[in-house]
Amino acid sequence: MAHDYSDPVGLYATVGEFATPEMLEHATEEARHAGYTVMDAYSPFPLHGMSEALGFRDTKVPWTVIIFGIIGLTCGYTLQFYTSVIDYPMNVGGKPLNSIPAFIPVTYECTILFSAFSAAIGMFVYNRLPMPYHPIFNAKNFERASQDRFFLAIEAKDPNYDGEAIEKLMRSNGALEVSTCDY
Amino acid sequence: MADSRINDLLITGDQNYATIDHSVGRLVLDSKAHSIAWFKWLIVGVMGSGLLMVSIAWLIFQGTGTWGNNIPAAWGFDIVNFVWWIGIGHAGTLISAILLLLRQQWRNSINRFSEAMTIFAVMCAGLYPLLHTGRPWNDYWLFPYPNILGMWPQFRSPLLWDVFAVSTYFSVSLVFWFVGLVPDFATLRDKATNRYAKLIFALLAMGWRGSAKHWHRYEQMYYILAGISAPLVLSVHSIVSFDFAISIVPGWNVTVFPPYFVAGAVFAGFAMVIIWGIPLRKYYKLEHLITNRHMDWMAKILLATGLIVFYGYFLEVFYSWYSGNSYEFKLLMKTRFDGMYAKFYWALIFCNGLCPQIFWWNKARTSTFWLIFVSIMVSIGMWLERFVIIPMSLTNNYLPSSDKPYYPSFWDLAMFAGTLGFFTMLMILFIRFLPTINIFEVKDLLFKMKGKKEFVEGQEPVEVA
Repeated sequence: MAHDYSDPVGLYATVGEFATPEMLEHATEEARHAGYTVMDAYSPFPLHGMSEALGFRDTKVPWTVIIFGIIGLTCGYTLQFYTSVIDYPMNVGGKPLNSIPAFIPVTYECTILFSAFSAAIGMFVYNRLPMPYHPIFNAKNFERASQDRFFLAIEAKDPNYDGEAIEKLMRSNGALEVSTCDY
Repeated sequence: MADSRINDLLITGDQNYATIDHSVGRLVLDSKAHSIAWFKWLIVGVMGSGLLMVSIAWLIFQGTGTWGNNIPAAWGFDIVNFVWWIGIGHAGTLISAILLLLRQQWRNSINRFSEAMTIFAVMCAGLYPLLHTGRPWNDYWLFPYPNILGMWPQFRSPLLWDVFAVSTYFSVSLVFWFVGLVPDFATLRDKATNRYAKLIFALLAMGWRGSAKHWHRYEQMYYILAGISAPLVLSVHSIVSFDFAISIVPGWNVTVFPPYFVAGAVFAGFAMVIIWGIPLRKYYKLEHLITNRHMDWMAKILLATGLIVFYGYFLEVFYSWYSGNSYEFKLLMKTRFDGMYAKFYWALIFCNGLCPQIFWWNKARTSTFWLIFVSIMVSIGMWLERFVIIPMSLTNNYLPSSDKPYYPSFWDLAMFAGTLGFFTMLMILFIRFLPTINIFEVKDLLFKMKGKKEFVEGQEPVEVA
């Protein structure tokens, strides 16, 4: 297969490795104050305050869930209404064909089913997962990002990208190691 | 000494992130972490699963006549076991969802294997009603699908609500469990040295790289899942209780059933978590992650839910008198308090009502013996509760001429033993092949404990008395 020249090549990012979440958070805030915008932090567990430090805000997942929850609710009720009132009307114990209280449990379960699946699938889709290859995996020691180290990557795409200044900034904020990685 | 240990921490010993990875990851990545005992239990589980398969095959070959079910007791062991298993599952969802929403951080080290327990218990539970239909090859009729018969399921029936509730519960629990595992798969992928293990975990981790932006959406999703699983778990056992409460059978037609069943489910589930948690932490040296404080708090939950259940028993007695229904009262006096099944009723009161009261004492809540003893008693008691409610109520109905006692057959017992074996097999395999403790949440807990300065460096893991 011919090489696809549209693939990005060359430098991906400067990556700093930190020993604690506090250091990572501090370094991220400093980097943001220094004007860097295209960056990401990597940690073995969720760190509260990291999104704020990165200036990242996102509410796509909750919105997806509420939309799918409403779809689930509608589908659940419509299914019961169509089958019990329109397509197969049957008198059960003199109850009205549209027996609202009896239709609540199934409506409720459908709402939950749709919301739960949309939450999980939505998270993976918005995060662009599964993604078997990502340039950050080329960073030095990056296998520890899922174990006990905390990483900050400032990407070369950043308009203010300056490798030396970034290295200085990371080192002055306690980075154990600063390296660059390619695509 | 037990008294002073009650306040030991949620994570003890000289811990950092790497030691947590090691103590949990070791079980998966290092086959030497497992002793011959693991293999012996696997054999037990496989044999049990074999028994289950034989009893299912015989049932399908012969029909449900091999069971002890009769008329009027058309619901026997099959429904008793269904309700029992599904109840056991509820602790997992309670721990993973409700305790997460209540910000009970101690759940972090027990949620993974309780969630696994949920899934396996619901698998065992689901078998029973599917086989009880008598023609399991037609079970897809349970779902609404357009068919040439032009028929639809009856949506006013609690039995159909059950189909939706249990299948939703199973799918949502599975999703919750899987998304919780993804970051841990990434950890195992990065730790694994074996090529195949690395490949498998890399595939399962789906390229998870721990990006802060990913964690942001992950946390949103996790809390939303918890938020919708919490009412789900309450709804599932409420709907299971509707199977009985909505009918007019004496002993079933009680409005207290939904909350009483939910409390009973949590009660049985926590007992099962303790039954698995104690050997797990002992044989795999996880006492520093599943500490005495966890056991203490789980014992307190057992005590609290036990009291709710006990209150339910009082209410049943009260209602059968207060309803003014002479058949209800006759059932209580002649079938529960007296008669051939009375010993099961009194055993139930002993197991569920009296045994957990030992947990008022601090010493009992950290003693391995009492924890295991009471948990086994509670498991038996919860099984008896369903037996008391289901076949016992059916044997004495409105028409005295149709009264008939119920006896389980050999195949009823074989199938129950079979599901116990199947459950054991799945749990044993789970301990070997998946991270038994949620690695990233325990790290999060460790980080927060260090922040709070509550964490004591160098504290030794405590032995259970």
